Amino acid sequence: MADLIWRRLAQMVLIMASASLLLFAIFDTEQFRKQIAVAELGGFGAAALSEGDYQAWIAKKGLDAPFVERYLSWAGNMLQGDMGFSMEKNTEVAGLIASRLHATGTLAFYFFLLMVPISLTLGVIAGMREGSWIDRAISIAAVTTTSIPQIATAVLLTVFLSLGLGWFSAKSSAIGPITFAELALPVLTLLIYDVGYVTRMTRAAMVEVMSSHYIRTAVLKGLPRATVIWRHALRNALIVPVTLIFLQLNWLLSHIVVVEVFFQYSGFGRMLYEAAIYGDIEVVQAATMVAVIVAVLSQLLSDIAYILLNPRLRVAR
Amino acid sequence: METPRPDATVPVLECRNLSISYDTNAGEVPAVTDFNLRLMPGEAHGLVGESGCGKSTVALAIMRYLGRNGRITGGQILLNGRDLLAMPEAELCRLRGSEIAMIYQEPMASLNPSMKIGAQLVEVPRRHGGLGRSEAGNHAAAMLARVRIPDVERVRNAYPHQLSGGQQQRVMIAMALLANPKVLLLDEPTTALDVTVEAGIVELIKEIAAEFGTSMLYISHNLGLVQESCARLTVMYAGEAVETGPVAEVFRNMRHPYTRGLFGSIPLPGADKTSRTLTAIPGQLPSPRSRPLGCNFGPRCAEFRAGLCDQAAVPMLAVASGRTSRCLRVAEIDWAAPPVSGTRRAPGPPGEVLLSVEELSKSYGGVKANRDLTFEARQGETLAIVGESGCGKSTLARVIMGLEAASGGKVFYRGRDLGQLPVTRRDTPTVRSLQMVFQNPFDTLNPSHTIGFQIARVIRKFGTAKGEAQIRARVEQLLDIVKLPREFVMRRPRQLSGGQKQRVGIARAFAGNPALVVADEPVSALDVSVQAAVTELLMDIQQEHGTTMLFISHDLSVVRYLADRVVVMYLGRIMEQGRTRDVFAPPYHPYTEALLSAVPIADPDMEKRKVALEGELPSPSNPPKGCPLSTRCRYAIAGLCDRDLPPQQDFGHGHRIACHLPREMLLAMEPVFRDGAQATRHGNAEKEVSHV
Repeated sequence: MADLIWRRLAQMVLIMASASLLLFAIFDTEQFRKQIAVAELGGFGAAALSEGDYQAWIAKKGLDAPFVERYLSWAGNMLQGDMGFSMEKNTEVAGLIASRLHATGTLAFYFFLLMVPISLTLGVIAGMREGSWIDRAISIAAVTTTSIPQIATAVLLTVFLSLGLGWFSAKSSAIGPITFAELALPVLTLLIYDVGYVTRMTRAAMVEVMSSHYIRTAVLKGLPRATVIWRHALRNALIVPVTLIFLQLNWLLSHIVVVEVFFQYSGFGRMLYEAAIYGDIEVVQAATMVAVIVAVLSQLLSDIAYILLNPRLRVAR
Repeated sequence: METPRPDATVPVLECRNLSISYDTNAGEVPAVTDFNLRLMPGEAHGLVGESGCGKSTVALAIMRYLGRNGRITGGQILLNGRDLLAMPEAELCRLRGSEIAMIYQEPMASLNPSMKIGAQLVEVPRRHGGLGRSEAGNHAAAMLARVRIPDVERVRNAYPHQLSGGQQQRVMIAMALLANPKVLLLDEPTTALDVTVEAGIVELIKEIAAEFGTSMLYISHNLGLVQESCARLTVMYAGEAVETGPVAEVFRNMRHPYTRGLFGSIPLPGADKTSRTLTAIPGQLPSPRSRPLGCNFGPRCAEFRAGLCDQAAVPMLAVASGRTSRCLRVAEIDWAAPPVSGTRRAPGPPGEVLLSVEELSKSYGGVKANRDLTFEARQGETLAIVGESGCGKSTLARVIMGLEAASGGKVFYRGRDLGQLPVTRRDTPTVRSLQMVFQNPFDTLNPSHTIGFQIARVIRKFGTAKGEAQIRARVEQLLDIVKLPREFVMRRPRQLSGGQKQRVGIARAFAGNPALVVADEPVSALDVSVQAAVTELLMDIQQEHGTTMLFISHDLSVVRYLADRVVVMYLGRIMEQGRTRDVFAPPYHPYTEALLSAVPIADPDMEKRKVALEGELPSPSNPPKGCPLSTRCRYAIAGLCDRDLPPQQDFGHGHRIACHLPREMLLAMEPVFRDGAQATRHGNAEKEVSHV
């Protein structure tokens, strides 16, 4: 077990090293260098530069050093928490990312707080009674919600709950602390899709367990149904959904962009989107690295959970 | 709850005119019809039949566990006179596990993978005996010791995957017995186990049933097991009981054509391929949706009479006291007539050496799967490689086929060493002449291509026929050889039965006229009556083409029947080899002796000497020093067998035994089988059994 975690951690370091190298190489072109010059000196300033002056500026910035050297110094800075400067937002990238991650973290917290219990409960109830009316109702609902693209959900929710009923804000104010009214619609939009998905997966796992031979053994031992479900079925049925839930962190990272941009929620996803649009290179680089870390970490957590829940992997023969 | 005193005249469990159906998308499908059973106190009743006959459905119906789509459509199930079908769920729940318990085919799958053994056992006395945690724990530990689990404390704290298959089944038996049930339902309890492990479990079940006075319904497809474990039996076919009676009487004098057909399909220990051929039951089991009018067995029955057998459902008829048969012609058929037998096969003279394996070894990391194997196979002969799981027989096949490279030693094929030559580097003529038939016909055919395409592909690959017309002709010829209709060219695998798929597998293997065919358990996934047909087919083709066959099997009855020579393997080493008649008669290697003794025999007149192997199979990654069998051998000589490798002792005609025992001791061994009927008839058993 410890062995496996160490191996995973080593893999993680390797993935991040290659991701960072790639990320650095992509933005290490003449075009992006000019863009930096424009951002720093202004459009006129940059255009007015003679070729000689431009080379001098490059030398001053240290951009003429060999690739490896520049990569190592960039990576070293990143490791020390110096993520560069956002031209567009005119602030340190590290501080920017921290505050945006906080906002997105709040959103993610409420999302998981609701998604986990709702989908596990619905999935277990449906899977427990395969083919019953309640299973059919839950399954149809789950398929329906996962069939609607998030952008459509977002529009519908805004129209009904915000513009129609006026319960929640359609757009975040982006000023001051995050309020419930601001959080409600983004969280709901994410929930509607993902609860359906995780419910379906939980249901499938539960159905499989309920038709297994060991559940038959438990029933034919004479155990009451409640004991069969709680003691024998749940423990085994939840292995897959629990690992899946950790992977939703990864899913969230990409889908948060749509939701945050739509609701103008000042979070990580929106920041990444804006940085990409404006060519705010250092923000894009830093944010992408953070995203890679989250993705790799969620994989690791998911693997650990799988091993912990599965005695066949945890305990050697 | 009051328990009525056991009364030898009142059945503990009774099924009256039981009918069971499954609801499917295509409507209601009858699974079992008009089933009757009377299980007396302390009695063991066998329920025999091939897959799909409804025997497991009966057991699950008795437990009232038929799933959402299963339904009991008629009849009664009485447990101690109380109707289980009229019982409310809560009461049923109290009966299950306490009055009536069940043991299943796959012990691994039947134990909860994420709960410790101790916790799973304790549930039973806590639920049914109302015992406290520690008391129930002691109870469970005592029961584990009772089913002869050696290290009770370790097993209690283990998860199922940490136990061997035999131990898992012992745990299941302990679990079933914890509440001291009146009735035990055993659904193929040893089918997933190795034969020596099976022998131990069967022995344990008998012993415990006698001790506890438990009545047993023993479901099995293995006639030998039923013969050894049960007093009475019911033979089922296509959802109906077709014959019932005391086991010994039914086995001696069958009174239903299906029972007789089943017996014709299995090799008995006295028979080999030169004395009697196996006779498969023609045709196929009708699907539950398309059962014929009248007798279900009619379309496959040699005694079928139009106008009589196909008129109306056949009732169960009394034949003699305590015996019934569902055959309208039971009084007319000459039951004493000798079974229809195919032509005898003349044993051919042994040909040239085709394959010669010398000191072959194969290791995977630390696991030594094959160690110093030396044997040869001659042109046209069948060499059986016998052993239980983990003995390395499949590894040997993979090395010969070039799917793995040998770690040491040589594999000479026609004088050329192939040991280090993977199949990808062998030339086409070699690949073509060395072919394999696989164990599981269900997975070896590509589901998205037609049968014709798949056979033609092999022909093209080997270049044995050129041009579309020739290839097509060759495909049809191959289908003829494996006795499949030519229309099968256009069929896809899912339209074929298991036996038919295996025939396609054989056709593919023989497409390039191979000189050597390795058949890895080619019939063990098939039903008994189908096994016979496929086995016969393999032998016919082999004899016609003069092919050498390496027949890998764990089934000693089949091996005895079809092999010319036998190699017995244990833990990666060869224990004994020689001509079949020499290996199956004394002197034996102690392992061969135990293996033979473990084979269940479906012949009430055959007496068998009990020889058990002690303990568990050692791990192949850490085999014992000296003789691999030394940890389990009852003859083991301390200080010798556990230190030094045994010498090869030669008994003539290539019969070699790897054993430390003195030669005189091996020669003085008693035969394992003894023909009881002949012994009493002639008063001289020794001579009569020598052919066994």
